[in-house]
Amino acid sequence: MKPKSLVNISDYGKEDILRILKAATAFKANPNRDLLQGKVCATLFFEPSTRTRLSFETAVNRLRGRIVGFSDAATSSSTKGESLKDTIMMVGNYADLIIMRHHLEGSARYASEVSPVPIINAGDGSNQHPTQTMLDLFTIYETQGTMENLTITIVGDLKYGRAVHSLIQGLSHFKPSFNFVAPEELKIPEKYKLFCDKLEIPYKEYTDFSPDAVNSADILYMTRVQRERFTDLMEYEKVKNVYILHNEMLNDSKANLKVLHPLPRVKEINQDVDDNPKAYYFQQAKNGVFTRQAIICDLLDIHLD
Amino acid sequence: MGKELQVAALENGTAIDHIPTKELFNVVALLQLQRLDNRITIGNNLKSRKMGAKGIIKVSDKFFKEDEINRIALVAPNVNLNIIRDYEVIEKKKVTLPDEIIEIVKCNNPKCITNNEPMKTRFEVIDKENVVLQCHYCELKIKKEEIVLK
Repeated sequence: MKPKSLVNISDYGKEDILRILKAATAFKANPNRDLLQGKVCATLFFEPSTRTRLSFETAVNRLRGRIVGFSDAATSSSTKGESLKDTIMMVGNYADLIIMRHHLEGSARYASEVSPVPIINAGDGSNQHPTQTMLDLFTIYETQGTMENLTITIVGDLKYGRAVHSLIQGLSHFKPSFNFVAPEELKIPEKYKLFCDKLEIPYKEYTDFSPDAVNSADILYMTRVQRERFTDLMEYEKVKNVYILHNEMLNDSKANLKVLHPLPRVKEINQDVDDNPKAYYFQQAKNGVFTRQAIICDLLDIHLD
Repeated sequence: MGKELQVAALENGTAIDHIPTKELFNVVALLQLQRLDNRITIGNNLKSRKMGAKGIIKVSDKFFKEDEINRIALVAPNVNLNIIRDYEVIEKKKVTLPDEIIEIVKCNNPKCITNNEPMKTRFEVIDKENVVLQCHYCELKIKKEEIVLK
C-alpha cells in the first residue's frame, strides 16, 4: 500500500522511492505546472528553518498551489499552550497537506496519526528529515543514471549525522557498497553495521581520509565534523583537518564521481573544489525543490501523465 | 514432612510466583491491583529454593487477560503464573512480552513528543529475549535496566 504520510525514509519501500525519483526527474525538466491549482498546503514550522521552508514553498508555488502557515512557533497558538494534536486537527480542516518541522522528536509520527490529511516531516528534532534523504537519493540517481550497485563513500560525523543514517537506510534497497570514513570518536554506530550485515551490504571503515576511499567511489558524501560532538577536545584538534576535501584529492577519482554535502558546509570541503565539475552540492540543494514537488504530488495522489 | 505455607492457599484465582523481590511492587503497579476489590495477598522476601528470596501475589477470583498479565514481563520475565480453581492449579503459564507496549512505560528522551503532549506512549518490543524497547515516536531504544514505568 502506498504510504499516507512521509515521516521516516523507512516508511517508503523500493517501489515508492523509485516512483518519487522518476517524478522528480520530470519536475526537474519542467518544474512549473498547474498540478496544485486549488490546493492549499500548510507549512507549520514550529522550529525555524529558512532553507527547508523556502524549498518547500518554492515547490508548491511552482505548481500553483497556495500556502498557509507560520515560520516560527512564536507566531502560532502553541505559545498559548495549544497541544500539537489540536493544532494539527485545526490546520487539517483547512489544508490539503501539512508540511511540518518541530523541535520535538516523534512529533511528525504523532501528527500523522491524528491528522486527517497527509503529513510531510520536514525535520523532527534530531530524529528524521526524510525529504533531505529523498533529495540525496534523487541526486545520486540523476548523476549516476542508476541507483543499483554504487559505491558510496561517506565522510565525517557518521555517529550523530542523521542525514547519514537515513541515507544508508534509503540506499539499502539498491545493493550499495559503502566506505565509512570517520574519526574514532564519530565512527558509524554498531547498529548500522549490523543493519548492513543483515542485508549483506559490503562496507569498509577508515579512520584516515584514504585515497582508496575516494578513488573507488561513485559518490563522495561529505558531512560536517562538529567541535561540540567531541568529548575530548584534544582529539578534535588532532582530527579536525583530516577530513577536509581538497581539489587535488580528486585527481585520480572516477570520471562519474560526484561530491555531495547536505549543507551548510563549513570547512570540510575546501573552496577550491567548488569549480571542479565533480562538485555537485549546490545542484543537490536545488534538487530539493523537484524532489519535494514529487513527494507532495505523490501524497496528494496527483500523477504526471 | 510438615510443609509450612508461607501464604494462605487460594480457592479460585491467580497466583503469581517467583517475582524478584525488588520488582514486587512494580508488578503490583503494572497490574493496577490497587483498583481491584478482590481479596489480594501479597508476600515479599519469602524463602525460595530457586531464587533465595522471592515475592508472591495471589488474587482471588481474578483471571487476567493475556495483555494485562504480559505487561509484567517488562520487569519480571521469569515469573510463574498459576491459575487456580477449587484449590487446584489447573494451568501453569509463563509470561511473554507482547510485540507492543502501550502507555505503561515512559520514554527516556526528554525531547520525545510523548513527554510533552497529553498522549499515550507506545513502544515496539524489538528484542524479547533481552527486553529492548523502541519508542514508536522518537525511535529511542530502551534497555531493560533503563525502563521507567509511567
